[in-house]
Amino acid sequence: MAQYAIELHGLTKRFGAVVANDGIDLNVRKGEILALLGENGSGKTTLMNMLSGIYQPDAGEIYLAGKKVNIRSPQEAISLGIGMVHQHFKLVDVFTARQNIMLGAGAHLRIQPEQLCEQFGFHLDLNKKIYDMSVSEKQTVEIIKVLSRGADLLILDEPTAVLTPQEITTLFEILRKMRSEGHAVIIITHKLDEVLAVSDRVTVLHKGKSVATVNTAETDEYALTSLMVGHAVDLNIQRAEASVGSELLDVHALNVFRADGSQALKDVSFTLSAGEILGVAGVAGSGQKELCESIAGLHPIAGGSILMENKRIDGLTPREIINRGVSMSFIPEDRLGMGLAGGLSLYDNLLLKTYRDQKGVFLRRRQAKDEAVQMVKELEISTPSISTQVRKLSGGNVQKVLLGRELNANPRVLITAYPVRGLDINSSMTIYHLLNEQKKKGVGVLFIGEDLDVLLSLCDRILVLCNGRVSAIVNSKYATKELLGLKMTGAWEHDDEEDDYA
Amino acid sequence: MPKLSFAGLHVAQRAPMAAWKAALLRVAAVLLALVVGGLILLCLGYNPLLVYQTMLNGALAKKTARASVVRNAVPLAIVALGVTLAFKMKFWNIGAEGQICIGAIAASFFAYSFDWPSWLLLTVMAVAGFIAGGLWGLIPAIFKTKFGTNETLFTLMMNYIAAYFIQYLREGPWRDPAKNGFPEMPRFAAAARLPSVLGVHAGWIFALAIALFVLIYLRYTKHGYELTVVGDNITTARYAGMPVNRIILRTMFISAGVCGLSGMIQASGANKMLTDSVAGGDGFTAIIVAWLARLSPVGILIVAVMFGVLKKGCASVETVYKISSEFFGILQGIILFFVLGVEFFITYRVQRKKEVK
Amino acid sequence: MSTFLAFLYAAVLSGVPLLYGTLGEIITEKAGHLNLGVEGMMYMGAAFAFMGGYISGSPVVALLFAIGAGVLGALIYAFLTITLKANQNVSGLALTTFGTGVANFLGTSLQKSSVSVVVVPASVVNVFKPLDMGFLSDLPVVGQLIFSHSLFTYLAVALAIGMHLYLNKTHCGLNLRAIGENPGAADAAGVNVTLYKYVHLLVGGAICGLGGAYISLVTCAGNWQQDCVSGQGWIAVALVIFVSWKPAKALWGAFFFGALRILKLYVPASVISLPSAFYLMLPFAVTCVVLVLSSIRMRRENQAPAACGVNYFREER
Repeated sequence: MAQYAIELHGLTKRFGAVVANDGIDLNVRKGEILALLGENGSGKTTLMNMLSGIYQPDAGEIYLAGKKVNIRSPQEAISLGIGMVHQHFKLVDVFTARQNIMLGAGAHLRIQPEQLCEQFGFHLDLNKKIYDMSVSEKQTVEIIKVLSRGADLLILDEPTAVLTPQEITTLFEILRKMRSEGHAVIIITHKLDEVLAVSDRVTVLHKGKSVATVNTAETDEYALTSLMVGHAVDLNIQRAEASVGSELLDVHALNVFRADGSQALKDVSFTLSAGEILGVAGVAGSGQKELCESIAGLHPIAGGSILMENKRIDGLTPREIINRGVSMSFIPEDRLGMGLAGGLSLYDNLLLKTYRDQKGVFLRRRQAKDEAVQMVKELEISTPSISTQVRKLSGGNVQKVLLGRELNANPRVLITAYPVRGLDINSSMTIYHLLNEQKKKGVGVLFIGEDLDVLLSLCDRILVLCNGRVSAIVNSKYATKELLGLKMTGAWEHDDEEDDYA
Repeated sequence: MPKLSFAGLHVAQRAPMAAWKAALLRVAAVLLALVVGGLILLCLGYNPLLVYQTMLNGALAKKTARASVVRNAVPLAIVALGVTLAFKMKFWNIGAEGQICIGAIAASFFAYSFDWPSWLLLTVMAVAGFIAGGLWGLIPAIFKTKFGTNETLFTLMMNYIAAYFIQYLREGPWRDPAKNGFPEMPRFAAAARLPSVLGVHAGWIFALAIALFVLIYLRYTKHGYELTVVGDNITTARYAGMPVNRIILRTMFISAGVCGLSGMIQASGANKMLTDSVAGGDGFTAIIVAWLARLSPVGILIVAVMFGVLKKGCASVETVYKISSEFFGILQGIILFFVLGVEFFITYRVQRKKEVK
Repeated sequence: MSTFLAFLYAAVLSGVPLLYGTLGEIITEKAGHLNLGVEGMMYMGAAFAFMGGYISGSPVVALLFAIGAGVLGALIYAFLTITLKANQNVSGLALTTFGTGVANFLGTSLQKSSVSVVVVPASVVNVFKPLDMGFLSDLPVVGQLIFSHSLFTYLAVALAIGMHLYLNKTHCGLNLRAIGENPGAADAAGVNVTLYKYVHLLVGGAICGLGGAYISLVTCAGNWQQDCVSGQGWIAVALVIFVSWKPAKALWGAFFFGALRILKLYVPASVISLPSAFYLMLPFAVTCVVLVLSSIRMRRENQAPAACGVNYFREER
């Protein structure tokens, strides 16, 4: 028993009527990296949140070094030597790195951050404010924070989601170093290549249950996928063949500033044609959000022009854009934050953009209700009824409502930001399929993505953003992940900026 | 060993509760609040049952008492309906008190200045009250849309400005010279007084009409749809191309306008003159009424009458038992505390962790 | 010159309750809770200080009553918003309604309870009269301005300085600020968020209660006046924004507003002749201007704690 750093037996967690974790077993040895693999929504994060004291299990037991423990709060988890690096960093923005590390620990840090920097080779200015930091720096702060409290079980939730391929390599180096120093490491991920690259064993979750634990050396991508999805899945995303038509969108020398005064986009120029999917790659926060929002008329523009089918739309409000007969749909990244009104019913959400076309003072909902019924059937949206609040639906269904509404408007240009974020594989494949359908219909699709593999296989061309600049526009047939990674970080600065691989 | 400590309990979200169960819990909360109020009375040496009985009798036994219950309920209902429009939009209009004052001032201006036939004068007074209240409410809304200025505090500060403005009028330009030495404003001429219908001034007809209007406006009009979306998610509203600022200004104008109209009704119907206490805390109580009714127009009518009973009841208790009528404020607070608290038990469940052997 | 000195002195006098209210609300908001019940807690403090002083004749009991009343008010609010996760805006308003009711109820009931005038005995009121510090108080200018105030005033100033040091120089202060900014981060870092919130909200309530005690014992000199707080609690809530959540800045902010409140008495009618109602309006009108100005000059360092007004539930999904 004592050989395990931690053991879980039959851990169960319910949220309202949903069973997120159902009798999960799992164990990790000292000096081992365990990958916890599962689709979005399979219960990985819930499980780890129970280890770190954020959630309380409804049933089940946790043994730490053979001894049964009750983890009732993050405080207790820390004192038991469990440290978690959350996917959404738990950092106070207006504090410095050092203040964040000191937080909650007072004067009792087990290991000083300076010492850790030296030991693991972190490069970090401890007096820098978090809001000035890049994503990877923030992650480093989180790791130091956890280690400085003397954690010997380290849990990392989707640590690679926001990193470039190069940063991922560095992170894995650090994880291996921890393993060699006797730490137990659990890394949560849904990316198979990372599992194979860094872990010793894999535990696979499916729909809240642990379906298998295998040695990494004895498995491969296909075996893991079928475990993860529950059946064999064709992972290949087909690039639909369509004839590229006329130019739809022409963005020229676009300059955009954020509310805090920093420059989000610098001289961004590109075109998008009918029957084409143009991917946008970049490290998180490189200006993707501002790019989408300025085209959609939601963000002020400091300079440059945007032409949609030869009509200037820069500086117009969304309403004015629609009034000029420009047909464009924008599917934003944070669906419940922008795009849908979570507290309203499904059919009321379908009315968002069309209610204005109704004449008179009163609102007629009959048509929207019919439309909703049809959409629920066509897109297989699982909802108790069409009058259910959208907020109460699961992530995949929320996305289907949004996508369904936008596609019903028959746009000429479709802008989607991270459309599969938080969705399971099957829902993701549905979305890719829908995008390909649009492309075949002659729609121009601007696809903001984060998974480079997906970008490479789905898109026709990929525009790489680096600090708000276009560092490359490449033809995805001839591009590689490594090239994109380098372009994302600006490591190829010595090359010609406008270098075009098309 | 499982410990019977607070940490042994834990809280989790529950599956949505049936509507009738939730309603039952809320009613239970109000009753529990009355029990706590009774305990306080008990501590003060009164028999709470007798006091509550006196309250009910005092409020409902006589026809005149019932009339004054309605008189109490009318401003609460109208103002609660007014603030509901803003609240649906998540615009915290705490400025009803001031909007009532301004509406009353504008109406009184016409009442004091013109000698028109009653129907014309009253119509003009009502319109003036609505517009003046609306404009007063528009000020914080403009700053909210332009600079994001905190509307809660802004509307609140404007209450005091409006109230002191009445004081200025009373001590200065509108002071009644007939009342020598005592700064008071004159009573309205008969033409400027709201007629009485079924024993109570016609304000109650306004209340019913406004409730119907608010119900239809919120549920069945494009305006109502727009303000609901803005309240639910302002970013989505912008995304959908809604003229968000215009919606905020428009809604706030109507919200404050309804409150201003209530000011006209109070001055013309209830007081028959302009006084410092034309709002008299109704602006705050109405917020509580609106919240208790969960922003439902029909609910507001019911809760407003309930509060009318409480207020009248507390007043009659004062004459019988010498319990200060300020007890109304305490009771109001306790009821709200309990109703706020009970929402927790509707959304979450508290459980002891199961130990698995 | 002496009029001007008297004016400054009076400004301090009328600024002290604002300072208490502001400090109480700052520490509450630093814990992530916007408590609109300051007015109510001050009312309760005022009434209970009045009652405690009247019944016992002891200044200590009067203060303890005021603190207890403030804590009780804050406890109701804290239980509703922290444990039961109720809407903060409405909970605060309810607390103000409740506190105002309790205070006016207590006050009138006490007055009716006796045929003679009910007033706090001099043994209590005198303790809080301006102090005479011997030669220090006799110094020109500073003697009057600095060395002859009520104990309340010195306590308030000490509180402001202490709170400044606590927030910026101690580990607990760091943890508290983290809770106001991002309770999830503080929680994950092992800070007991619930405990911190309760403690600081109750301390905030106690401070507001003291502000109330000042009003009944000093401003009203031990007499009960109906509606004595009359919006000072609300000004305090706005002052928190004006001083951008900084206790040290609250010092001069409160005294500035104190000056506005008594301006009427010190502006000679020969210079400006305004109806007195306009002077009464002044602090509220200036607060509006301040609200607008502080919303225009948005700076990261001067913002409200990011999580202020949002309840924290660890298991939120």
